[in-house]
Amino acid sequence: MHVPDGFLDAPTSVATGAVAVAGVALALRGARRELDDRTAPMAGLVATFVFAAQMINFPVGAGTSGHLLGGALAAVLVGPWSAVLCISVVLLVQALLMADGGITALGTNVTLMALVGVWVGWGVFVLVRRLLPRRTSSVVPAAAIGALASVPAAAAVFSLLFAVGGNAPVDPGTVLGAMVTWHVVIGIGEAVVTGLVVASVVATRPDLVRGALPALETRELEIRSPVR
Amino acid sequence: MKQRTFLALGLLVCLLVAGVASYYASSHPDGLEYVAEQTGFLDSAEDSATADSPLADYSTRGVEDERLSGGLAGVIGVVVMLLLSSGLFWALRRRQDKADPAEHVDSGV
Repeated sequence: MHVPDGFLDAPTSVATGAVAVAGVALALRGARRELDDRTAPMAGLVATFVFAAQMINFPVGAGTSGHLLGGALAAVLVGPWSAVLCISVVLLVQALLMADGGITALGTNVTLMALVGVWVGWGVFVLVRRLLPRRTSSVVPAAAIGALASVPAAAAVFSLLFAVGGNAPVDPGTVLGAMVTWHVVIGIGEAVVTGLVVASVVATRPDLVRGALPALETRELEIRSPVR
Repeated sequence: MKQRTFLALGLLVCLLVAGVASYYASSHPDGLEYVAEQTGFLDSAEDSATADSPLADYSTRGVEDERLSGGLAGVIGVVVMLLLSSGLFWALRRRQDKADPAEHVDSGV
């Protein structure tokens, strides 16, 4: 979903740039609470993994493809504030080094994928987690559903931005319909990848999964009598 | 699994995904590009200011072999990402209280 330069006009790009700067500034403060000697290297790995995973476009039919956005995945693994920073670093490296996503569109891309993607993904994750039993295994379906929701949400916000400041005279309603439809399909891929990755981390090191903390904290110690 | 082992395995996965598996990725346009083409605003896209970067479009300039060119760009990207993001998160982390050495015990089993 990397927006190139030129899709949106200058005022819209300046506005999304300001939103992105504010969102990243808040995240720089918030992430301190999530990061310590143990979780900081994990956050670095998660950002690197999202970069690598975004190189893998998977086909979704009709000559279209999609790739992981990774906002929900990163939020569940390292917490939403750190996740905003993870995705922002990915987008910065992609724009500067790989010419993937425009430079004037960097604010738009951070807004869509690092802010909307992460916060919608995390918000839905927390809601679903609340509905499920308080177990570490509940984190997996909750993460997948958060991931599923995050992709069309980011697509819808792009369409709104296009309605406000699109450079081409195209009906915004048509863009919204097509964007959301295709990104629901891509969201299914997002959900599958997110679920698989979260499941493998939960299986090996549940203590490194931020979204599993409440379940780990309430896990009661039981007194077992020795087997004779 | 010890945290060190976990991180090393994770990095290996990143290198394999970016360096090897990326060659097999779908080359179809992504959702946004496809919708832009279908609804008629793809032409409003402009070339990025970094379009002549030596790693532009995930291929390494000067490397003819497609598989090697893309794989190398992916590996360089992974190394840059790891250094940049780990540096940022390490600088942001809460410093643990040095008076309490118990805090420093690796919880890995």
